[in-house]
Amino acid sequence: MPAVSKGDGMRGLAVFISDIRNCKSKEAEIKRINKELANIRSKFKGDKALDGYSKKKYVCKLLFIFLLGHDIDFGHMEAVNLLSSNKYTEKQIGYLFISVLVNSNSDLISLINNAIKNDLSSRNPTFMNLALHCIANVGSREMAEAFAAEVPRILVAGDTMDSVKQSAALCLLRLNRTSPDLVLMGEWTARVVHLLNDQHLGVVTAATSLITTLAQKSPEDFKTSVSLAVARLSRIVSSASTDLQDYTYYFVAAPWLSVKLLRLLQCYPPPEDGAIRGRLTECLETILNKAQEPPKSKKVQHSNAKNAVLFEAISLIIHHDSEPTLLVRACNQLGQFLQHRETNLRYLALESMCTLASSEFSHEAVKTHIETVINALKSERDVSVRQRAVDLLYAMCDRSNAKQIVAEMLSYLETADYSIREEIVLKVAILAEKYAVDYTWYVDTILNLIRFAGDYVSDEVWYRVIQIVINRDEVQGYAAKTVFEALQAPACHENLVKVGGYILGEFGNLIAGDSRSSPLIQFDLLHSKFHLCSVPTRALLLSAYIKFINLFPEVKGTIQEVLRSDSQLRNADVELQQRAVEYLRLSSIASTDILATVLEEMPPFPERESSILAKLKRKKGPGNLHPDLDENRKERSANGGTADHSSTTSNAKVLLLSCCLLIRMTHCFLIVTVTSPKVAASPTPSTDLLGLGSTITTQNSAPPASKGTSLLVDVFSENIAAFPVETPVAVGPVADENFSRFVCKNNGVLYENQLLQIGLKSEFRQNLGRMYVFFGNKTSTQFMNFAASVPADPTVDGGAQLQQILNIECMSDFVDAPVLNIQFRYGGTLQNVAVKLPITLNKFFQPTEMTSQDFFQRWKQLGAPQQEVQKIFKAKHSMDTEVTKAKIMGFGAALLDGVDPNPSNFVGAGVIHTKTTQVGCLLRLEPNTQAQMYRLTLRTSRDTVSQRLCDLLSEQF
Amino acid sequence: MQFMLLFSRQGKLRLQKWYVPLSDKERKKISRDLVQTILARKPKMCSFLEWRDLKIVYKRYASLYFCCAVEDQDNELITLEIIHRYVELLDKYFGSVCELDIIFNFEKAYFILDEFLLGGEAQETSKKNVLKAIEQADLLQEVRLLV
Repeated sequence: MPAVSKGDGMRGLAVFISDIRNCKSKEAEIKRINKELANIRSKFKGDKALDGYSKKKYVCKLLFIFLLGHDIDFGHMEAVNLLSSNKYTEKQIGYLFISVLVNSNSDLISLINNAIKNDLSSRNPTFMNLALHCIANVGSREMAEAFAAEVPRILVAGDTMDSVKQSAALCLLRLNRTSPDLVLMGEWTARVVHLLNDQHLGVVTAATSLITTLAQKSPEDFKTSVSLAVARLSRIVSSASTDLQDYTYYFVAAPWLSVKLLRLLQCYPPPEDGAIRGRLTECLETILNKAQEPPKSKKVQHSNAKNAVLFEAISLIIHHDSEPTLLVRACNQLGQFLQHRETNLRYLALESMCTLASSEFSHEAVKTHIETVINALKSERDVSVRQRAVDLLYAMCDRSNAKQIVAEMLSYLETADYSIREEIVLKVAILAEKYAVDYTWYVDTILNLIRFAGDYVSDEVWYRVIQIVINRDEVQGYAAKTVFEALQAPACHENLVKVGGYILGEFGNLIAGDSRSSPLIQFDLLHSKFHLCSVPTRALLLSAYIKFINLFPEVKGTIQEVLRSDSQLRNADVELQQRAVEYLRLSSIASTDILATVLEEMPPFPERESSILAKLKRKKGPGNLHPDLDENRKERSANGGTADHSSTTSNAKVLLLSCCLLIRMTHCFLIVTVTSPKVAASPTPSTDLLGLGSTITTQNSAPPASKGTSLLVDVFSENIAAFPVETPVAVGPVADENFSRFVCKNNGVLYENQLLQIGLKSEFRQNLGRMYVFFGNKTSTQFMNFAASVPADPTVDGGAQLQQILNIECMSDFVDAPVLNIQFRYGGTLQNVAVKLPITLNKFFQPTEMTSQDFFQRWKQLGAPQQEVQKIFKAKHSMDTEVTKAKIMGFGAALLDGVDPNPSNFVGAGVIHTKTTQVGCLLRLEPNTQAQMYRLTLRTSRDTVSQRLCDLLSEQF
Repeated sequence: MQFMLLFSRQGKLRLQKWYVPLSDKERKKISRDLVQTILARKPKMCSFLEWRDLKIVYKRYASLYFCCAVEDQDNELITLEIIHRYVELLDKYFGSVCELDIIFNFEKAYFILDEFLLGGEAQETSKKNVLKAIEQADLLQEVRLLV
C-alpha cells in the first residue's frame, strides 16, 4: 500500500481496498464486500451517532464498492448529511457520492438542493465550486429547475472569483444540454458574450464552451461573439510562445482556447464585416504558416497541440467554404499529412479530406491525392485508418476517376476486414450506379461484388441491379449472358442465383439462340442450384421457371415435371408448396395467350401506374394551377347550362362527378389522381378505370394556365352535365383537426360533422399511394345534388356510403397537403366542406433495416449542419415506450433495435421515395422521462426533408 | 466529451466519469464493450477510432489506458492532449503517479478531474491553477481537521 502523500488518509478505507485487491477470486471479493456492506449498514443503523469522520469513511467505502461495479442501495442519507458538514473534507466526499450515485427521483433531491443552495450563497469560493461541480455532474432536471436562474447570476456578477466563474460557465453549459428550455439567458446574453474579453484565460476558456453551446441553440442572440472571438484568436495566434505563461502548452499558445474559439466561429458564416473577416483570414493563414515552420520541440505533445489547432482551423475553412486559396492550402497541408509517419495524423488527414472533397473549390485538389489514398487502402496496418481511406475514395469519386476507384475498392474487397465489407459493397454499388456511363460495366461490377463478397451484398443491392437491367433495354442481353456465365461456377453465391434466376426468367430468351445457352441448358443450370438455396431463393426460382414456360414452350414438360414432384407439391414450406401448385395449374389450364399476358416481361420500375401518371403530367405541363379550382368552375358553369344530363355514360364517371370532388393542390409536388370511384354497395369492377381517371395537379412555378386547364377540360368536359349550374361557392375554412392523427396511421375518420362522415383507408408504397375515401351520410335524409341531375345515382341515401379512390404520386418532397373539397345539397342548402387530406411526406417512407455500424456510418455521413434538424419538445402524451415504438413504425421508418447505446432512445431509418429521388433518412428520438421532454434529431440528405419530417414527427408525442 | 474511462491492462475500470445521463446498466455495457475493443488493439495503431456514433480517443500510460469518448465534431488531437494534461496533473499531485495511487486515492483522482474538466469541457487548462485549487482544498481540509 503506498503512502498517501496528501490530504487526509482514511486508514480503514485503505485497508479495505487492500483486502479487495488481495482477493484471489471474484467470489472472495463478493464475500469481502458483503461483509463490509453488512458492517456499514449496522454502523449506520446503530444507536451510536457516528462522527463526521466515520460517516465520511463509510460513505467513501460505499462509493468504492459502487465503482467496482456492485449495487449500492443505502448510504444516500448519510452522504446528504455530509453535505452540510462544516468540514470541507466531509462535504467534498458527500458531494462526490451524490455526483456519482444520485438517484434523481429520490426524496433526497430537495435536501441536496438545499445544501447546494447554502453553499452557493456561502461566498466561500471553494464551497461554491463544490456546489457548482455537483450541479454540473448531476445535471438533472430538478437541479436545472432549482438553479438555472441562479447560476447565470453568479457567472456575471462583478465580485465572483475567476475560478467560480469558470465552474459557473460550464455548470450552465451542462444544464443547457440537459434542460435547454429552463436555461434562459435573456438579460445575461451580452454580459456572457463579454466574458470572451476577460483578463483571465481560464475564464475565457470555460466561457467559450458555454457560448458555443448557446450559439448553436440561438445563433442570432450570440452573433456579437464573432468579432470578440476573432479578436481573441488573433491575439493568441500572434503572441510569442511565452506570452501566455501557463496557458502555453509545449510551446503552443493556449491550444485549448484556440480550438474552442475556432469551434465557436463554426457556428456562423464568414463574418460580413470586411475588417473582421480580414483579421480572421490572417489568423487562419498564420496557423497554416506555422504548420510549415520547424517544430519548437520534438515532443509529441507539441506537435499534437499545434496540429489540433491546425485541424480545427481547417474545419473552419471548410465550414466557410468561401476562400479558394485557403481551401487549396488546407488541402495541400492535409496532403502532406497523408504521408506522415504518425498514424494519428494520417488518420485525421484522411478524415478531414473527406469533407474537403465535397467543396467545389477543393474537390480537384483532393483528387490529386488519389494514388496516396489508394496506397493507404492497401498498406495501412490499422483497419480504422483503412476505413478512412475507403471513405475518402468514396468522397473524391466522380465521373473522371470512378472506374479506377471502383476497381481499387473491388480488389480491396477480397481482402478487406469483415467489419467493413458490407459498407464497401454499398459504396461500390452506389458509385457504380452513379457514374455508370455504360451499363455493362455496372452489371459486371455488381456481379463482381456478389462474387467477392456475396455475403455482404444486401438485398437492396441486388434489387437495384435488377431494377436497372429491367429499365434499360440495351443491357438486358448482356446481363443475361453475363449471369449465365457467372452461374457456371461450381460454387456460386446465393445472391448470384437470385439475380441469375430473375434475369434469366425475364430475359433468358435473349441468349437462347445460342446453342450453348439453349432454354434447357439455362433451366438445368438454374435448377442445379435449386437444392442448395434457401426458401426465398427457391420461391424466386419457381417464379423464374414459370416464366420459362412462357418464354420457351419447349421446356414446359420438363418444368411441369419438376413442379409436380413431391418435393415441390408437398413441400413443408407453404409458400413453395403454393407456388408449385399454382404454377403447375396455371401452366396446365391457361392458354398461351393468357400465359403470355400473365407472365409478360416485368414493366420498368417504378410501377406501371406511374407511366400513366407521367403521361398525364406531360400533357399538363408545368404550371401554376392554383386558380385551377376557379377555372374548373368557370368551365363547368359555362358548359353546365347547355349540357345534356343524360349524356353521362359511365356509372363511375357519374359518381366521380356526383361527389363534386375537387382536389385542389396547393403545391407542385404531389399528383393525386382520382381513379375508380364507386358506390360501396355495388362495386364496379375497375379494370380499366385508369382510363377514366382524372389527374388534377398544380404546379407552383410559371404555368401556361391554358394548358393546365385543358386537362381538366378533357376530363370533365363530357361530364360537365353532371354538375348543376351553381355559382362557385367560396371554400370555407379547411378542416385539419384530425390531420396530425394520420401522420402515423393510415386508416380512420378524417372528418365528421353532423351530416357527413369522411373515413379514410390508405396504402402507400415507395412514391405511390392509394387512398380510399368513404363518404358516409349520417342523416336519414338523402343528400341531393351529390349529383342531382344525373340519372345513375345522383343521391347518397340516408345512411349510405360512397367510396372514392385517389391515386397519389409523390413527385418531390413537399410540405403542404392537398385539400379535398366536397359539395352537396342537403335539405335546401348547398353544403361545402373542405378537408385537408392527410398525405404527408412520411407516407412515402420505405423502412430500412441496418446494423448499428451502418447506422452510425451513415449518420456521420449526414453530418452537415443543414442536413440535421433537431427539436426539443415537451411530451404531450404519456411517454410509453411501446406507444412510441408503434408511432415511429407508423411513421414509416424501420425501428432499429440495439443500435443506440442508450436503450431508452429510439432510432429509425428509412428512405423517402419521390419520383425523382430517394432521400435516405435517419432519425433518433431521445426521451427524457424525468423532464417529460423529447429530443428528436433528423438527418437526411436534403434539408427540406429533415425539416418536414422533424415537424411532422415531433407533433406526435 | 461524453465520458472518460481509465482502465488497466487487465481490463479493470479505475475511474469513470460520465458527462451524459445514462443508466447504470448502459454505463456498464459501454465500459465493457469499449475496454474489450481497445485492449484488442495493437500498440502501434492509431489513437482514434469510431465507435457507434462517437469518436474514441485513447492513450496508454504504463499499465493504464485513458479513454475519452467525444462527439463527431470534436477535435481528436486536443482530446489526446486533455488526457496528457490530466496525466501530468495526477503526476504532479501524487509525485510520479502510478496505478496504485489512483486505486487508493480514487477520490482525489475525481477531485482533480473536476477541477480540470467540467461538464465534459476543459475548465482550466493551466496546470498551476488546477494544482493551486487542489492544494488550497487540501489545506482547507487540514485546517478544519485541526479545529
